[in-house]
Amino acid sequence: MTFTIPIDNGDALKNAETDSQRTLYPYVTGTSIVAIKYKDGVLMASDMGGSYGSTLRYKNIERVKAIGKHSLLGASGEISDFQEILRYLDELVLNDNMWDDGNSLGPKEVHNYLTRVMYNRRNKFNPLWNTLVLGGVKNGQSYLGMVSMIGVSFEDNHVATGFGNHLARPILRDEWHADLSFEDGVKLLEKCMRVLLYRDRSAINKLQIAKITEEGVTVSQPYSLKTFWEFQAFHNPTAGAQGSW
Amino acid sequence: MFRNQYDTDVTTWSPTGRLFQVEYAMEAVKQGSAAIGLRSRSHVVLASVNKAQSELSSHQRKIFKVDDHIGVAIAGLTADGRVLSRYMRSESINHSFTYESPLPVGRLVVRLADKAQQVCTQRSWKRPYGVGLLVGGLDESGAHLYYNCPSGNYFEYQAFAIGSRSQAAKTYLERRFESFNESSREDLIKDAILAIRETLQGETLKSSLCTVSVLGVDEPFHFLDQESIQKVIDTFEKVPEEEEDGGEAEAEAAAAPTEQGGAGDQDVAPMEM
Repeated sequence: MTFTIPIDNGDALKNAETDSQRTLYPYVTGTSIVAIKYKDGVLMASDMGGSYGSTLRYKNIERVKAIGKHSLLGASGEISDFQEILRYLDELVLNDNMWDDGNSLGPKEVHNYLTRVMYNRRNKFNPLWNTLVLGGVKNGQSYLGMVSMIGVSFEDNHVATGFGNHLARPILRDEWHADLSFEDGVKLLEKCMRVLLYRDRSAINKLQIAKITEEGVTVSQPYSLKTFWEFQAFHNPTAGAQGSW
Repeated sequence: MFRNQYDTDVTTWSPTGRLFQVEYAMEAVKQGSAAIGLRSRSHVVLASVNKAQSELSSHQRKIFKVDDHIGVAIAGLTADGRVLSRYMRSESINHSFTYESPLPVGRLVVRLADKAQQVCTQRSWKRPYGVGLLVGGLDESGAHLYYNCPSGNYFEYQAFAIGSRSQAAKTYLERRFESFNESSREDLIKDAILAIRETLQGETLKSSLCTVSVLGVDEPFHFLDQESIQKVIDTFEKVPEEEEDGGEAEAEAAAAPTEQGGAGDQDVAPMEM
């Protein structure tokens, strides 16, 4: 998965330098984020794992952060790029606060800003290797959107990244409805996260659920889901396999 | 003010702490024909007097749309005003593109004051913009009306008038401004047109003589057509003596000594409107 463009101006030394400045592959990655709108705002769930390739190397990474007063940002993909994005947003929020004029950046503005950033980086062949989920509430309106690393962006009532798109979204399409209560929302997210835990090899059993309402952001303490491994199919898993294949 | 040895450069202070070039620039605003702005809680109305160079020419545009939620009326050097309007349009559209959200008026006005205007009072190779701008707009904190000065200062107003014979309009507005916040859209428009009438010094008010624009909650910036303006004029021109009698006399008295520019429109420099 390379993003190198052949640059032929004869200056091999300089090219080596500029090539190494672009993101070519991700190194430490976070897996899925799942988020839904509910009655009072938005709920977002993520696990706390950072994989280094196939190794589950870091187990205490917070992949959901509050942005300003009204938004919540979750990211999957390259963790260092996520941290870079947080720095950009820090500056954005700081400048917004410095105006001190009664206007503030809402989730829609942050989402669009991020879309511009991601798309611009993609155009320079130097992407921020993340899929971002932006949720928030402002003036009673809930907002939930997503931006991918190539700048594709949209809003929906429920979004997920990575494996979440394949495993969690189908569940949400069937079971999400408007005006979920907080408890029902959490149950629904836990159902999705449990499936991801069983089936996504880069998921770990340590998750956080963040909620954002008109009052503000709360990120839960990390906790784990109960899992059940006594299904008949899991007993003696190699029963059908003869020989090495 | 008279010519003195400290007024050649915009970057020269006088011993009494004044920048004369900046003050002269503010005089240019008074030469232009009147522009008026008023706001209520939910709407902003900008109105101006249509002044034409001669009977043969069309009148100059003094009110510009900056965005769906912001409009600006100018008085002074119209050319300068156009350039600043273009700057404001640019800022507004850039913000919309990045944030998909309308630029708050207060922020636009500060940028205008700092970048466009104040800078020009601090560089010896520049000159201040000779135009005053009445910026009216709507954002999440409500309806706003600001006046941007060539000096780089800006103030927020409930209602204001600039340009020649604006004192007459200001007197009218001062009597009525307390009720503007709660005014309906129609009353606000009527007050704007009445204020314009004050600046005409007895000339009959016709819809061809003024331009009126409105913006508000659920109403993007747009101009009122001649018909609508004439309809509003008709509602009060029928009873000019009764209610406005005291007002007329007051206006005459107030307008006479103050506005030097208003005395002879023939003396107005061609570039100013």
